[in-house]
Amino acid sequence: MSDRLVIQSVTKFFGSAQNPVRAVDDLSLNVRENEFFTLLGPSGCGKTTLLRLIAGLESCDTGKILLDGVDIAGLPANKRPVNTVFQSYALFPHMTVADNIGFGMSMQGKDAKDIEKATADALALMRMENFGARYPSELSGGQQQRVALARALVNRPKILLLDESLSALDYKLRKDMQIELKRLQRETEITFIFVTHDQEEALSMSDRIAVMERGRIGQLGTPQEIYHRPVSRYVADFIGICNFVAAPSLGLSESGHIGFRPEDATLLIREGQQPDVAGPIVHGKLDALSYHGAVTYYQVTLDSGETVTVADHEKLPVGVDARVRVALLPDMLIRCAS
Amino acid sequence: MKANPKNMPGFGLVTWLGLAFLYLPIFAVIAFSFNSGRLVTVWEGFSFEWYPRALGNHDLQRATMNSLIVAVGATFIGTVIALAAALALHGGGVPKPVKTASYTMMALPLLVPEIVIAVTTMAFFAAINLRLGLINVLIAHIVFCIPFAYAPIRARIATIPKSMSEAAKDLYADEWQAFRHVTLPLLTPGIFSGALLAFITSLDDFIITLMVAPPGASTLPVEIYSKVKRGITPEINAAASMLLAFSIFIVLLSYIINRKKVI
Amino acid sequence: MRLSSGTKLLLPFLAVMTVFFMAPLCIALGYSFMAPDPMGGVKPAFSLSGYQQFLYSADLDGNLQWDTRYLEIIFGSTKLAVMATLACLLIGFPMAWFMATRPAHQRDAWMILITIPFWTNLLIRTYAWILILRSNGLVNRGLLETGIIDAPLELLYNPYAVGMGLVYSYLPFMILPIYSSLERMDWRLVEAAQDLYATRLRILWHVVLPASVPGIVGGTILVFIPTIGSFLAANLLGGGRNMMLGNLIENQFGMARNWPFGAAISVLLIAFVMIGLMLIARRGQGLKGVVG
Repeated sequence: MSDRLVIQSVTKFFGSAQNPVRAVDDLSLNVRENEFFTLLGPSGCGKTTLLRLIAGLESCDTGKILLDGVDIAGLPANKRPVNTVFQSYALFPHMTVADNIGFGMSMQGKDAKDIEKATADALALMRMENFGARYPSELSGGQQQRVALARALVNRPKILLLDESLSALDYKLRKDMQIELKRLQRETEITFIFVTHDQEEALSMSDRIAVMERGRIGQLGTPQEIYHRPVSRYVADFIGICNFVAAPSLGLSESGHIGFRPEDATLLIREGQQPDVAGPIVHGKLDALSYHGAVTYYQVTLDSGETVTVADHEKLPVGVDARVRVALLPDMLIRCAS
Repeated sequence: MKANPKNMPGFGLVTWLGLAFLYLPIFAVIAFSFNSGRLVTVWEGFSFEWYPRALGNHDLQRATMNSLIVAVGATFIGTVIALAAALALHGGGVPKPVKTASYTMMALPLLVPEIVIAVTTMAFFAAINLRLGLINVLIAHIVFCIPFAYAPIRARIATIPKSMSEAAKDLYADEWQAFRHVTLPLLTPGIFSGALLAFITSLDDFIITLMVAPPGASTLPVEIYSKVKRGITPEINAAASMLLAFSIFIVLLSYIINRKKVI
Repeated sequence: MRLSSGTKLLLPFLAVMTVFFMAPLCIALGYSFMAPDPMGGVKPAFSLSGYQQFLYSADLDGNLQWDTRYLEIIFGSTKLAVMATLACLLIGFPMAWFMATRPAHQRDAWMILITIPFWTNLLIRTYAWILILRSNGLVNRGLLETGIIDAPLELLYNPYAVGMGLVYSYLPFMILPIYSSLERMDWRLVEAAQDLYATRLRILWHVVLPASVPGIVGGTILVFIPTIGSFLAANLLGGGRNMMLGNLIENQFGMARNWPFGAAISVLLIAFVMIGLMLIARRGQGLKGVVG
């Protein structure tokens, strides 16, 4: 697969001339054709700024933005073949759903007949055939979301940018939309760049994820790489729960910290019980346990004084304050810079 | 149970009396405009006759025409200028000192006593020897119409999310198309409301017009004033009642239009 | 220098206001330092006569004599303006309180009721008081017919009539800023104070009054300045005897043909405005309550 978008050493300053803040700091990355690419990070990490730079809603101070090999960094937003689904949807309240969807094509001077047909197709794609004459204020949040998607997709952009697009929806609707987004991306074969702070969402939807940290990329990789081979403690902590303990506490003859995920450890509650896979075993005391249905979390204070969390599918017959052992899967240990 | 401390004894009474105080003269003028007698304040029966008479009075007709020309012209020009200023002051790009100066100039016409604006404008027109009849009045009105038109427009702009024009530009609209198809329609209630307020302010203005208007360019309030000085007649009351009713209608219209929310 | 597109949009406003508003004010300032032309206008020569006339009058030979006539008018109109402002505060505060404590939908209706007079013709509303107060007006006829008085009272053409006209004209300017401060106040504070056994008077003094100070300051300025510079109330209800500074200015640019003196009084009024503006700016209370 070839690169659709290449970002080369892009920097964006905000704030005053005396006290500039680097919202995006000498950042480079590439997004492939037909890829679901996610920018993941906490608020203030620069992910939305990067998205706005790609959209042309901000101009970068240095660097290049190559779209299919052509530098678009100097083009205004309306000259870039990319479209955005805004966090607040930004549907035009004084236009009907159909007029909203047709807006982009109409601004490009497309033929009225073509606009009508494309709008109808877009509504069909969103399964909203009967909503064309409605106004945005008459739609539910989920419907508005779909109209915003249709309004952007109908222009067949080279890249679709989605800015925290699901964050306003409630949990169940968000899950449905995640599936819907994946379907749309598959069917339209358009490159999606998706901005979110929700790591679960990022893991479940993305082909690749760029975890951002203070205007830079902390790690870029597939969800599996990011989850199981985080390159830094920042990335590991941001994606799910990760335990970090000093290597000597695990009986390992190395320095630094070793990380492991709660599900990559087994709680041994009986004397002499052996784990399925041989690996480091540490002793400790059960502090607390919390039952989450499919999984139960056990919080254990190791004899070294460090606290770790272990997950098990079963609710084990063990009480708080019991002496336990934690067995780690040796292949799943995370060694990264702190 | 303790009495609700929000209810201060007597405050309700003061409020209702105050309201009566504010409206008593309005009702008095309207009531006496229907008096059939010439003696204005002696009630002699109900009559409509003063309304056709007021409408048929040539002085009042000419003055009304002048009032409407000035009000429409000052409203249009004043609102366009106010709209441009509101857009400029809301967006970035205007240097801070210019902004401060603009806000001050926006507030001053509302704060400086009208008589001062009236005499200084009159003296200014005399100094530059500007003698364009009704145009002089129009210019003076544009100045004080701008702040009145500005306030509702500015309030409206503040309610429109920045993402609206961004979305338009993302969807291939250039600067002008984004304004024309998105920002302007969303601003319309504010513009209407501001224009209406500018319109009644111009229509109601008396002192500035009195000082600035050359002979033959007097407006309805100035005509009413000169007639009142010679003695109040039911005919004047009828003309005044129509002006009052028109103003009240426009204020209410402005409120209704402005009540509609953006999103 | 290249102007940003924002600044370009501001140019018509800046041009109109500079030429037709600021320039006239500056010309008036200049005129206040020139000599009067008996035919109207000014003689282009530096003179302090405009300011001297506050205290002195010149006789036919040009000798200056101590003359308190204008000082009395200034003092008189200041006194009347202060009294009218106080009266507006005394009436306006309870009204603003009452309005602010109504349920939300009623508050909107009250706002409209209070602003309608503000937007209707002041000239008409002022001359209407002649209908009400003159010797055969509504009040006198009512009192005569009920037998309370035998002869009509002289209700018009005295300082009280002017003062009442001033209160009437500018009362909404006091109500609206106070109302907007009170509306923003957290009324739970009042409930908390009551819960802590504060009396009504203490609640008023310690809780509500401090919260409404910006509104009171704003309202006082918005009433005092137009009041002292007012023209109509004194012109129609004062019978020419009880002048406000506005009438004095009109007189100097009209009958008296003494533009420098009229300009000097205008400068005095503008000074009041500037002080008021600074006070408002310091209090952070905008003009929104009145205009918007």
